[in-house]
Amino acid sequence: MRAPADSDIAAGEILLSIENVSLSFGGVRAIRDVSFDIKKGEVRAIIGPNGAGKTSMLNVINGFYQPQQGRITFKGETRTKMRPYDAAHGGIARTFQNVALFKGMSALDNIMAGRTLKMRRGLLWQLLRIGPALNEEIVHRHRVEEIIDFLEIQAIRKVPVARLPYGLQKRVELGRALAMEPDLLLLDEPMAGMNLEEKEDMSRFIIDVNDHFGTTIALIEHDMGVVMDLSDRVVVLDHGVKIADGTPDEVKRNQNVIDAYLGVAH
Amino acid sequence: MFYREAGQFKTTYKADQAIFPIVQDRWFVIGVLAFAVLILPLFANQYLYTEVLIPVLILSLAAIGLNILTGYCGQLSLGTGGFMAVGAYAAYNLALRVPETNLIVVFLFGGVMAMLVGVLFGIPSLRIKGFYLAVATLASQFFLEWAFARVKWFTNYAPSGSVAVANLELFGIPIDTPMRKYLLVLFIVAVLALAAKNLIRGRLGRMWMATRDMDIAAEIIGIRPLHAKLSAFAVSSFYVGVAGAMWGFLRLGSWEPLAFDINRSFQILFMVIIGGLGSILGSFLGAAFIVLLPIFLNQVPGLLGIPLSTAMVSHLEFMIFGAMIVFFLIVEPHGLARLWAIAKEKLRLWPFPF
Repeated sequence: MRAPADSDIAAGEILLSIENVSLSFGGVRAIRDVSFDIKKGEVRAIIGPNGAGKTSMLNVINGFYQPQQGRITFKGETRTKMRPYDAAHGGIARTFQNVALFKGMSALDNIMAGRTLKMRRGLLWQLLRIGPALNEEIVHRHRVEEIIDFLEIQAIRKVPVARLPYGLQKRVELGRALAMEPDLLLLDEPMAGMNLEEKEDMSRFIIDVNDHFGTTIALIEHDMGVVMDLSDRVVVLDHGVKIADGTPDEVKRNQNVIDAYLGVAH
Repeated sequence: MFYREAGQFKTTYKADQAIFPIVQDRWFVIGVLAFAVLILPLFANQYLYTEVLIPVLILSLAAIGLNILTGYCGQLSLGTGGFMAVGAYAAYNLALRVPETNLIVVFLFGGVMAMLVGVLFGIPSLRIKGFYLAVATLASQFFLEWAFARVKWFTNYAPSGSVAVANLELFGIPIDTPMRKYLLVLFIVAVLALAAKNLIRGRLGRMWMATRDMDIAAEIIGIRPLHAKLSAFAVSSFYVGVAGAMWGFLRLGSWEPLAFDINRSFQILFMVIIGGLGSILGSFLGAAFIVLLPIFLNQVPGLLGIPLSTAMVSHLEFMIFGAMIVFFLIVEPHGLARLWAIAKEKLRLWPFPF
């Protein structure tokens, strides 16, 4: 499957829309009246200086935080409250800024755990582990092995993830999210703390995921080079307020964005 | 030198996911089982059965149960003794009130009752974690102990509070000799251990471990904490309940609530910690360690010909036992199962340095 051209995206169907969302913790207003949308098949970047509310935005989208105001429409369904479980059920997967893998499990088991929602057999079948239950394990193992091949982590599949270097942990975490076959993939700083080579690898995987599987991606990233190259559209937050929204080129020229990043003379 | 994986190529995922993927392991387990079934009964005496083999096996089962909850799902529990009591008294009441029930069904009924009670007392785990949960399960231990001591219906209004079972039989065969009891215990424990191994290798096991390692991440991949934690409490209590029923019926014969007091909970918890959290094999090793070490320590002064009073021996036993547990946990915090795994890794290279 080919990624839709830019013109398709502009006209494309909206997968997720955020309308006038506000979120505060006590007196701290993390997000103030932010609206934007994510269209099917695009790579949408959320950028902004530290403390701008980017991660809070992702947490709102996948149900960790309940916004005090605003509406979120995902796949045509509007909601104000959602649990992370419902988000996963609806097809939203995510990775975390500081890797959140299951440390005691192997890379393979971590990715297999991502298939939990796709597996059906009940307790009795599982404890017998014969017939349908065994087949189900094997069918899902096939899918997981495809992801392992795709991410080029064949050599480490049986290694407990706590023993893996950081870059590979990030890759396993991406694998676990992909195993859910999500409609919307949220990536929270997928390249944080990586060297150039690892960043290039990760960028390649993100582009491939978007191209081959047609997965819509929303990502937070600080490396502007990466953001400008990867994303179709960029939304810029600062102090919880949306200050710009558009294609990478538009955003780059936006005076508000330049002021937010470089500071402004008072 | 003989423990080699070389040349064993797995060509299907089925082979790779087998319970013992390495041929030598498979033969080793078959060998141990064959020894336990065929060779041991040839020379074992009553003492070996009733003081060593039967207790080790039954307590292994309870340890597997607690390991599922604490080792795999990460929920600390101090209520194991209470859940064993539920299993024992439920089985006793079924056998008493419906005398013709098959013995296996009686044990399973004990497990199911313990499961229901376990789920009930597992509900606080949805809100509280770690030490706080341990305190909540401690409360369940005290409550259950109290219930079986005070609610006379459970003990069939026995004036002494002690209940007894007799004339056990299975499919017409009387379970009267220690050997028969041992074989029955061995069979049940082997089947349930296999089932536990299957569970933890499957979807449910991954759900438990995911909840243990990082509950937030588990939630975002679609694991409901309610489902994962309560299923762990259910399966765990079932195992503990069956173990409790067998402890009452096949080990003790007659018992009172004191047999399942807080010390029992601690004993099982120590087995799990010393054997290795998150390991089925560790449950067996831990149970063997905790049961055998005191027996062994008890024999030492006699064997060395040191004249000591019995009281002195039992005091020494406690001191050395405690010291060994501390020493052991310092040397290998991950338990006996980890030692075993390290030994296996070393064996793969031995006797060559690389």
